[in-house]
Amino acid sequence: MNIVVLVKQVPDTWAERRLKADDKTLDRASVDVVMNEIDEYAVEEALKMKEASGGEVTILTMGPERAVETIRKALSMGADKAVHLVDDALAGSDAVQTSYAIAKVLETLEYDLVICGSEATDSRMSVMAALLAERTGKPQLSGARKVTVEGGSIKIERQTDNGYDVVEAPTPAILSVVEKINEPRYPSFKGIMAAKSKPLTTLTIADAGIEADKVGLASAPSQVVEFANKPPRQAGQIVKDEGDGGVKVAEFLASQKIV
Amino acid sequence: MAEVLVLVDHVDGAPKKVSYELLTLARTLGEPSAVVLGKGASAAAEKVGAYGAEKVYVCEAEELSSFLVGPHASILAKLVQEKSPTAVLLPSNATGKEIGARLAVKVGGGLLTDAVGVTSELVAEQQIFGGAVTVQSKVQSGTPIITVRPNSTPPVEQAGAGTIEQVTAEFTEADKAAKVTETVVEAKGGRPDLGEASIVVSGGRGMGNAENFSIVEKLADTLGAAVGASRAATDAGWYPHQNQVGQTGRTVSPQLYIAVGISGAIQHRAGMQTSKTIVAINKDPEAPIFELADFGLVGDLFNVVPQLTEEITKRKG
Ligand SMILES: Cc1cc2nc3c(=O)[nH]c(=O)nc-3n(C[C@H](O)[C@H](O)[C@H](O)COP(=O)(O)OP(=O)(O)OC[C@H]3O[C@@H](n4cnc5c(N)ncnc54)[C@H](O)[C@@H]3O)c2cc1C
Ligand SMILES: Nc1ncnc2c1ncn2[C@@H]1O[C@H](COP(=O)(O)O)[C@@H](O)[C@H]1O
Repeated sequence: MNIVVLVKQVPDTWAERRLKADDKTLDRASVDVVMNEIDEYAVEEALKMKEASGGEVTILTMGPERAVETIRKALSMGADKAVHLVDDALAGSDAVQTSYAIAKVLETLEYDLVICGSEATDSRMSVMAALLAERTGKPQLSGARKVTVEGGSIKIERQTDNGYDVVEAPTPAILSVVEKINEPRYPSFKGIMAAKSKPLTTLTIADAGIEADKVGLASAPSQVVEFANKPPRQAGQIVKDEGDGGVKVAEFLASQKIV
Repeated sequence: MAEVLVLVDHVDGAPKKVSYELLTLARTLGEPSAVVLGKGASAAAEKVGAYGAEKVYVCEAEELSSFLVGPHASILAKLVQEKSPTAVLLPSNATGKEIGARLAVKVGGGLLTDAVGVTSELVAEQQIFGGAVTVQSKVQSGTPIITVRPNSTPPVEQAGAGTIEQVTAEFTEADKAAKVTETVVEAKGGRPDLGEASIVVSGGRGMGNAENFSIVEKLADTLGAAVGASRAATDAGWYPHQNQVGQTGRTVSPQLYIAVGISGAIQHRAGMQTSKTIVAINKDPEAPIFELADFGLVGDLFNVVPQLTEEITKRKG
């Protein structure tokens, strides 16, 4: 089975994340960046499928130059090759535009499955699998906490608000996974060394046949018009239990008119 | 006045509170039209007129229950094409966001998710980076498709005509690509929905085992609250997965959030940081949860929580 894993480089959630004052887009340059946490689970799931039934795992990232660090990490975990879509014209693209660009690159690849994470920690939109399914006409298998592949068909447990749904579809399909699905491996030393020589294709928007006026901030269908940094939440009152801790909490709730 | 389409979230015909919130919000943007889909839609349709819906578009096609989100997006797309609404509002939960996403591609609309407010100029307010930054966003081209978080607007009744119109749709093969073959309910019944509750009491690894969660449940019940859990607790099998609060669990924004035996890891905070008031009970004074608590109690939960429950019961008389 040939699998494409979508991996995004995001600002570290522990870092202070900012929007840029001039164009009100995410400041990706001045913060520490990491692979979007849940994407590691997507990579892991692809590697497990490959180990079970063969095929190739291709990493696909759309992002600036330095996103190559994240690609290397995915390769060092064991993916076979990577495609990096990088072009200044892409800067400021919103989710709908990003899905257009990624779908264009997917047209150039052969795959049975596309796997993405359920949510990126920067945008927190959780929409990429749905957007790509709509664009490609392929089945959407999103929010999977468990996946079984059998022949040309794939079955997931999709987490819902009350339990889970079992959802089934033929391959090729678009899958997104939540962190319950597995435990991602750490890259081994050997893996890190091997990653350096694995094939990495870099594409511009022209290479991928992406129309310039359909991506980027200028034509983004949704844009930030204003933003304000809120003062960080102030820690409140901290009280040590002296045997009447429960009463103290109740008093606080009463002072807030909650009880 | 142009229509504003509101996708009604309902469980077998019982609309969730968020649907009334969205209808209340829609009244400030235009003429609210409810869209009620799936099993039980007719029953739910009867209820939305009371919150100002002038028109109620109903479809109970079987495909809506048996395929994942594609058919829902198709019906909304058809309505967008026919009615040219000012905006489409959907609840900001996993399904609402995904329907919105597919709809945006189908009709060339712009998508904004997790709005906590929408002005009459259709500017959506969002809180990003765990509530550290507030942004105002706008759809610049195409129909604005906005998903709105529960608890963003208090629902206010106002009679609308509630005229019911049946909608038929033809679904494409792509709409019917992912088949739902089974729906399993694991949630514990009887308590308010986690996403909609105005008070949430959550337990973490500090609870020690599944049985001890009854301590948290008792407190929740005296407060009329929903019960949440950290990932450590759901992974251990102490509480159902769908009660997980956090980055990959539910995002909650209640009036009051009480964290019991939870350290406050960044992924947990991501799901509760925008709660109005936060109370933490933890025996470790260094626990990061105290950094964002309005009231922190350093102590053993096994002493503090039962006493708290008792004290609230007493005060309620
Ligand atoms: C990709 C990814 C996604 C994640 N998503 C989520 C998510 O959605 N939600 C989530 O919650 N986590 C998530 N996590 C996990 C997160 O990083 C933490 O591991 C988790 O939140 C820890 O749960 P906890 O606070 O219950 O446990 P711990 O960190 O072990 O904290 C337990 C706390 O209980 C206190 N305690 C123990 N005994 C008592 C007692 N008797 N009385 C009072 N206090 C006591 C301790 O002092 C401690 O602070 C995710 C992690 C990853 C990698
Ligand atoms: N620029 C990107 N490049 C590659 N994958 C992406 C990109 N943006 C989003 N994704 C994938 O889509 C998932 C969900 O992102 P989102 O819908 O933005 O929350 C992520 O976990 C990634 O797998």
